[in-house]
Amino acid sequence: MTGRPSVAVLEYGSGNVHSAVKALERAGAEVTLTSDRATIMAADGLLVPGVGAFDAVMTQLRAVRGDELIDRRLAGGRPVLGICVGMQVMFGNGIERGVETEGLGEWPGTVELLEADVVPHMGWNTIDSPVDSVLFDGLHDERFYFVHSYAAREWEMDDDGRRAHPIVTWATHGEPFIAAVENGPLSATQFHPEKSGEAGIRLLSNWIGSLR
Amino acid sequence: MSLAVRVIPCLDVAGGRVVKGVNFENLRDAGDPVELAALYGEQGADEITFLDVTATVDERATMYDVVSKTAEQVFIPLTVGGGVRSNDDVARLLASGADKVGVNSAAIARPGLIDEIADRFGAQVLVLSLDVKRSERTPSGFVVTTHGGRRETDLDALAWAREAIERGTGELLVNSIDADGTKDGFDLELVRAMRELSSVPVIASGGAGTARHFAEAVAAGADAVLAASVFHLKEMTVAEVKDELRKDGVTVR
Repeated sequence: MTGRPSVAVLEYGSGNVHSAVKALERAGAEVTLTSDRATIMAADGLLVPGVGAFDAVMTQLRAVRGDELIDRRLAGGRPVLGICVGMQVMFGNGIERGVETEGLGEWPGTVELLEADVVPHMGWNTIDSPVDSVLFDGLHDERFYFVHSYAAREWEMDDDGRRAHPIVTWATHGEPFIAAVENGPLSATQFHPEKSGEAGIRLLSNWIGSLR
Repeated sequence: MSLAVRVIPCLDVAGGRVVKGVNFENLRDAGDPVELAALYGEQGADEITFLDVTATVDERATMYDVVSKTAEQVFIPLTVGGGVRSNDDVARLLASGADKVGVNSAAIARPGLIDEIADRFGAQVLVLSLDVKRSERTPSGFVVTTHGGRRETDLDALAWAREAIERGTGELLVNSIDADGTKDGFDLELVRAMRELSSVPVIASGGAGTARHFAEAVAAGADAVLAASVFHLKEMTVAEVKDELRKDGVTVR
């Protein structure tokens, strides 16, 4: 194959997708912002952005049948990257401002309010990534930009030994929480790589490099 | 290993240009916003804040354009404040490339705006901007002002900050009108008072003249420090501010 890997950024009315598109282009992808089913299914990678309340994001996601598209891609082993709330919705459910909402359930677990003196967790923080991580290749000592109040605080997926071992990256703000997951075709980051300067571009480039 | 204290250059934008005045008056040209944002990004700025200081209807479109062009080349968080009155304004700014929005007088006029924005976009997107003046009229000794400090409200600054956090504000941008433009240092008493009451991050603003001033504000409890003219007039770089913070053992990026 020649040319740049293609990435579809799921358009569903959530937050700042402009930066995500530009950062992916900088990182070496051919990018389309779309909610078109055929384009999304054909792309080498699908990026699911997400800014906002868990409940609002799930409603908007379902409105463009994003839940089905994500499922379909994953069933076929096609890569998907979730960012921020786009990561949170991959879990079983979210509890936010007193509202409990069912997520996509790709991973078991609950996204809940972080317990820390100052919330939201806002700014550049370090991460604790396993050495075999693809996303963090060359980036283990870098800082990434977080802006969130909620997070998954436990990794609850059983490791049955039959599938590839999930790579879970942790960060700490008041308490440890999941900063990134690499689980077969499905990867996700709680921080914003598209807002994390050169380190973020490198992470996106690492993901794009893994697409085909 | 912990969260880094943020250094944030603020660009006051009018008519597509960066402007600077003392106490919001006598505005003068200080450069192109996109170029300046890129320069600060290279210097290690942790975020960039744009303040639309005119916010007339005609100039709104110009502001969206500035944000969009910046977001295409500067991959760090962008906050935009000035003239934000509704969820539609927030949606447009986010779509243009902003990550956070600053809300000020519209929330004073109608506090429910804070709840509306937080419910739809999450608290993390909402920065409450406070222009604070010392006053004997309020219990805390600090009053909220509008119109760049020219009009005093009846709101006690600490009580208003507390209410705004309860309603869903994700961050406080605390600007001292008394200190703004003086270059005599931040109002440390104000920073301390806000840090004490606030469960959300506090950005100290107004009065920076030396790199030491930033370190003082962080020592007083600021989670982030913001300044405009000292950076625009090249009196110091973002990197120099961070060097000074490092001397105090402060974690910076």
